[in-house]
Parts: sequence; structure tokens; C-alpha cells
Amino acid sequence: MSRHRLREFACALAVVVAAASAGATDIPLDQRRSGTADLGRDTKAMQNDDTSNPATLWVLDGEALWNQKAGAAHRACSDCHGDAAASMKGVAARYPAFSAVQKTPIDLEQRINLCRGEQQKATPFAFESRELLALTAFVGRQSRGLPIAPPSDENLKAAVEQGRKLFTQRMGQIDMSCAQCHDDNWGKHLASSPVPQGHPTGYPIYRLEWQNLGSLQRRLRNCMIGMRAEPFAYGAPEAVALEAYLMWRARGMTVETPGVRP
Amino acid sequence: MRLAARIAVVMFALFGGAGQADELRPYRIDGNAIAASLTGVPGDPVRGREIVITRTVGLCLLCHSGPFPEERFQGNLAPDLKGAGSRWSVGELRLRMADSHRLNPDTIMPAYYAVDGLNRVAPAFRGKPLLTAEQIEDVVAFLATLRDR
Ligand code: HEC
Ligand code: HEC
Repeated sequence: MSRHRLREFACALAVVVAAASAGATDIPLDQRRSGTADLGRDTKAMQNDDTSNPATLWVLDGEALWNQKAGAAHRACSDCHGDAAASMKGVAARYPAFSAVQKTPIDLEQRINLCRGEQQKATPFAFESRELLALTAFVGRQSRGLPIAPPSDENLKAAVEQGRKLFTQRMGQIDMSCAQCHDDNWGKHLASSPVPQGHPTGYPIYRLEWQNLGSLQRRLRNCMIGMRAEPFAYGAPEAVALEAYLMWRARGMTVETPGVRP
Repeated sequence: MRLAARIAVVMFALFGGAGQADELRPYRIDGNAIAASLTGVPGDPVRGREIVITRTVGLCLLCHSGPFPEERFQGNLAPDLKGAGSRWSVGELRLRMADSHRLNPDTIMPAYYAVDGLNRVAPAFRGKPLLTAEQIEDVVAFLATLRDR
């Protein structure tokens, strides 16, 4: 073997070994499927019909908040953005995004709160508050049916990479990674629950178990609590990085907001 | 290391305290097995069965299925436990329970008697193994009874 060939061989071997020791491999793009695929017939019908989807109540609340003047600036979202059906179309499909103001990646909830603070001069909503979930569901609803389209922003790359690391890192007393369930074992059953691929296609979702709407971050915290890991605080850079990676991982899949889960 | 472990044992004997890292009892691995009981006495298979089927304690049925006809919704992320006692010796079962990662570094099965090298463990569980030495021995005693294939 020439020296050149030898080096090539060594490189190839290193790649194979690295891939093997990482354990998880990405799901081929054409084999990806939304958690909707695991829903029973009734739950799926509930999700797909606005009149029976419980999250519609939040979407309607969100619409009211959209048009309601608030804060010291006494301005409504609609005063700046007009008709959400036009101005918010596709927005949820490209968050988290890099905020030039905050100089960091932010998710849709944080973007909404940024407008609330900067433009409306009002107190930001708490994470998981009814108001923030309602506005997020309303804005998200305007992207239903569109493909997830993470921005190809250089400023976002580090967050996506960090998210991927977190996704493949073992955590908690159970010592598992997200990838060990969602890349390696999707389709199997964890006790009675089908293990989904873990795509963020439907968030915020109405979860029957919660009897409430919940954000993607709430869902991630649930998985981390199951792993007996200390969950990331709401809005923490790690949580946003995981969201950014999940959106990148689901690029091209269809936004289904607001989803319904058992 | 040895000395530190010994001091830890003495400290524990003096001050008590439940579920601390330094409470782990030292054990010896020979090949693929831990030959000696972690507690020095045999476990109780009846208590072991209870631990295995109680999801919040053993967690086993989240991933495994097994010969537990009364238990609905057993997982299928891992092999059926039926016949485990004829596939493996007691010492092999003990190592599998205490530190599965020794047998397969990539396994998803948690190491039930280990506290080192973990990441972001929730405060309530920090420094505590998933099961105590007594519970490990009970589970091992139960698994050894699963002889039908
Ligand atoms: C031990 C298995 C396991 C691990 C580890 C795990 N999850 Fe999950 N995850 C599940 C199961 C099962 C569900 C389905 C919902 C349920 O019933 O809890 C789920 C649901 C999800 C969903 C929602 C998918 C949908 O369609 O609504 C996302 C997103 C997700 N997980 C991401 C993650 C992330 C990120 C991590 C790591 C921080 C993680 N999961 C760790 C088992 C796991
Ligand atoms: C998160 C998943 C998970 C949990 C929880 C889990 N295991 Fe496992 N277990 C596995 C996997 C996967 C294997 C297959 C071998 C491997 O990956 O090392 C395995 C293998 C085994 C084996 C060897 C099976 C055989 O005959 O080949 C036994 C015995 C066993 N586990 C017992 C238990 C017991 C008892 C518990 C609970 C106290 C438990 N496991 C909890 C995932 C798990």
C-alpha cells in the first residue's frame, strides 16, 4: 500500500470507528415521520379538525391578544404586523432564529416576549403562561402545512451543533441520551408509549395527559425528568440549542401546530 | 483509591446517612462476572420479583418484557427476561445489574450500582445508585429463577 493509500485507509477507518462509538446515526430524511403517525384514529381526527382540537381555544385567545393594545406603548401586535395570516405565515417554521438585538439564538416564545418588552413596553409573559402559549399557538397556526425551514444563518450554526451534542449525550441517573430513544429506538415501546422520533412539528401541543397546552420546552423537560436529569431552565441557551437542533433535524417536515398528543 | 473507599466505609459506619455516593460497597469483577454477593448474603427472589415489576423502582418493564402475565404494557426496547437465569450465571447477572456498561459500553441498560461518570443527574438522585446492594441481590436472586426458555 502506498503511503497515500495508507493514509486514506486510516482516515476511513477513523470515520467508521467514530461513527460506531457514537452509537446513534441520523434517521434518513425519507424515513422521518411526525409523532402524529403514532396517534390513535380519534386523537388524529381531533388534531386535524379545528372545531374538535382543544388547542383551538388557545389559538382564539391568541388572536384576541394579537389585536389587543398593551403596555406603556399602548400598541397591539396587529398595529405593527397587521393581518397575521399574511405577516406571520412561515414565521414559526424558521424559529429558533438569531436575534441581532440579543446577540443570541432565541425561540418563538422569546421572540414574542421581545416584541412585548421592546415594542409594547409591557412586562414579558411567563414561560407556559396561558397568554404566551396562546400567542405562540396563534402565530404557529399561521404556518400550519408549511415545511420547517431553519434559517441557514452562520450565527445559528453553533447552537445547532450544541443542540446535537446535547441530543447525543447521556444524561441523568438513567444515563441515556435523547438519541438512544429517538434515533435508535423509535417505533418501539417504552412500557405502553410508542417511542416517537421526537420531531417538534406540532408545538405548542394540547396534551390530554396535561389537560393543557404546553410548549416544546415543557416536552423536553418531561423527557429529561424521565431520565432523572436536571432539566434545562425555561429559556436557557441549552434548551434553545436543543430546539434549534430539533428543527434542523426536522427540516422540510410539515408544521402541524397546534398538535394533540395523548 | 482503596484507602479512600475504606475511609468512606468507616465514615458511613460512623455517621450513617442514606443514599450517598460513598455508601457503595466495593466489589470485584472477574471476567464477565461479580462472583460474590454485594451484601455477603443471598438475596430474596420474592422481593426481587416485586422490584422488577414495580416500574417506579426497577424500571425494568419500561424496556423489557418478561414472564409477568399480570403486567400490562411491557416495553420492547430490550430482550425478554424469560430464561435469563439459564442464559447467564448468577455472577454474570450480578455484573449485568451492577454495571451493564462493562459488558457493552453502548448499551441503553442503566448501570444500577454506579454513581460515577454521570451527567446532570437531578438533585434528588445525585450520588445515589438506582438500586441498593440489597435490592440488586434480590433482583439477581429472582432473575436466577427464570429458567424456562
Ligand atoms: C427513555 C426514552 C426517552 C429518552 C431518553 C428521551 N425521550 Fe423524548 N420521548 C420519549 C417518549 C416515549 C415520548 C412520547 C411521549 C410520551 O408518551 O411521553 C417522547 C416524546 C418526545 C418529543 C415529542 C414528540 C412529539 O411528536 O410530540 C420530543 C420533541 C422529544 N421526546 C425529545 C427528546 C429530547 C430532546 C430528549 C433528550 C433531552 C429526549 N426526548 C429523551 C422517550 C424518550
Ligand atoms: C433503558 C432500558 C433498560 C432498562 C430500564 C433495563 N434494561 Fe436490562 N437490558 C437492556 C438491553 C438493551 C439489554 C440487551 C443487552 C445490552 O444492550 O447490553 C438488556 C439486557 C438485560 C439482561 C440480559 C438479557 C439476556 O438474557 O440476554 C438482563 C438479565 C436484564 N437486562 C435485566 C434487567 C433488569 C432486572 C432490569 C431492572 C432492574 C433491567 N434489565 C432494566 C435494557 C434495559
